[in-house]
Amino acid sequence: MSQTAAAARTDTARTGARHGSLGDSIFAALATGAGVFVLVLLGAIIVSLFIGGLPSFRAFGLGFLATSDWDPVQQIFGAMVPIYGTIVTSILALLMAVPIAFGTAFYLTELAPGWFRRPVGIAIELLAAVPSIIYGMWGFFVIVPIMADPIEPFLIDQFGDLPVIGALFQGPAFGTGIFTASLILAIMVLPFIAATMRDVFLTVPAVYKESAYGVGCTTWEVMRSIVIPYTRVSVVGGIMLGLGRALGETMAVTFVIGNTNRISSSLFGPGNTIASIVALEFPESAAGSLKLSSLLALGFILFVISFIVLAISRLLLRQKPMPGAKA
Amino acid sequence: MSTTLTGTAGNAHLFPSRDPRIAQRLSRRRKRINYISKGLCIVATLIGLAFLAAILITLLWLGLPGLHLSVFTETTRPPGSNGGLLNAIVGSLIQTAIGTAIGTPIGLLVGTYLAEYARGSALGNAVRFVSDVLLSAPSILIGLFIYQVLVNPFNGFSGIAGCAALAVIVIPIVVRTTEDMLRLIPVALREAAAALGAPKWKTTVFVCYRAAIDGIATGVLLAIARVAGETAPLLFTSLGNLNWSVSLTQPMSSLPVTIYQYAGSAFDDWVQLAWVGALLITFGVLALNILARLILRPRH
Repeated sequence: MSQTAAAARTDTARTGARHGSLGDSIFAALATGAGVFVLVLLGAIIVSLFIGGLPSFRAFGLGFLATSDWDPVQQIFGAMVPIYGTIVTSILALLMAVPIAFGTAFYLTELAPGWFRRPVGIAIELLAAVPSIIYGMWGFFVIVPIMADPIEPFLIDQFGDLPVIGALFQGPAFGTGIFTASLILAIMVLPFIAATMRDVFLTVPAVYKESAYGVGCTTWEVMRSIVIPYTRVSVVGGIMLGLGRALGETMAVTFVIGNTNRISSSLFGPGNTIASIVALEFPESAAGSLKLSSLLALGFILFVISFIVLAISRLLLRQKPMPGAKA
Repeated sequence: MSTTLTGTAGNAHLFPSRDPRIAQRLSRRRKRINYISKGLCIVATLIGLAFLAAILITLLWLGLPGLHLSVFTETTRPPGSNGGLLNAIVGSLIQTAIGTAIGTPIGLLVGTYLAEYARGSALGNAVRFVSDVLLSAPSILIGLFIYQVLVNPFNGFSGIAGCAALAVIVIPIVVRTTEDMLRLIPVALREAAAALGAPKWKTTVFVCYRAAIDGIATGVLLAIARVAGETAPLLFTSLGNLNWSVSLTQPMSSLPVTIYQYAGSAFDDWVQLAWVGALLITFGVLALNILARLILRPRH
């Protein structure tokens, strides 16, 4: 491969030197420059958020992370509540989305009849294409009333009195809150996780599965003993990708989370996330104010968290063990 | 008896039982687990599809009644005076078009760099990694970034800042599809072009791009579909504008931001217009997605 490429290059250099080499160097420089531009872009995003957040970091130090106040009157701002809300909603969303995504991926790769796979697969992918503002609106006008009337009061009745987990199911049923936000997030990240799982399930060599079927395994046993062990690393990568998406989701969460800067023990209590507080408070922040700087500092923290999660996801998804390649 | 039975059943694949009663029971149990898991998977798929259906039905149900010609011919007006969404639609079209027009060539070049120049190089791997991270990075942060570099230092919110934010979102989408598609082009095609004496850049532009045009077009369409519905990055850049304005140096209206403002308002006619806007944007975006998949289908 590299030999032919090298051969092509020398060949080009010899025969096309007069009319080609200038164009070649310009094009190569453009392409390389564009590649470097992407690196610069990421660096610029990190640096600009950090510089914007600097006054806030200076004013509050590391205490910024551990302060739960958000008080524009006294000019005290802390990141603890939004960070808590971001992490809790994302993890709850994954708990709801992963089993459904797994079932969907299993259905699409092993169970669905051939002609049916493409339309169902596309429908699931379209779920990812719906803009997040639409999820927010739909959540606010459709899901919130349903949560407020039958679902949350029912759950509070059923589980509110239990000794340990009861605390999670208490308080008034507003409809909005951490739980509703997690549910909407779960629907939004479901297609990303399902599509990634489907794609990695399809990388399992057919001969492995055929061998398992050949010794009499059921479909579920093939899934559990062949497909999952083979794709374990990539499946975790797909889940991390979904987590990365959930952490930074803004519009949908802003509509349904209740937007209160408070850590509540109940799942039905209102809260906020980094993205939702930035979207909501930003229009009310004067340029150059400590509040705006604190919002940019929150943005910087969100970027660091997302970057770590997405980086892990990429590393896991890239690492593809290919024992079948030797055969 | 029962303990030996479960013990045998648990290691059944290691020690096949000769007792037909145990074998039958084991087989029934395995079949039952299989049926249950299959059933649960079908239920899971139906749940996903049901959510899509619920969203689309809600949009049609609440959006269609407000869908009149005036939505496309009149601009947004104060509550109670039956305005339309013309400035939002035009603003969205302008920002999406310019954002795509800026982002696509850069994304195309980066994809070309990754596929043609940087296979296996450390710089190439870094660029690919960063591009993939940007692909999933929270779009609100891209809005904050553009606010920091284009809005704050200059004279405030502007349409061009919105275009720049959308362009940053377009780049990694186009990079991913371009690189994937160029990698599918057989080396023989490149060798054939080289054998005719074509310089590498001509081979890339006139042979590889041409062969990969379907995939590249798909990427661009998906990018358009993605940025057309973006709200968060526009909140801090083009801000939204309830008056008619096509000036790129002024705050510019857009459909998603208008939906955000209207849906949260207390006026029934604004909420109704928000549903109409939501209907338009969702079906537009979904149509682009389906179109992108139809384009890609025939040759691969």
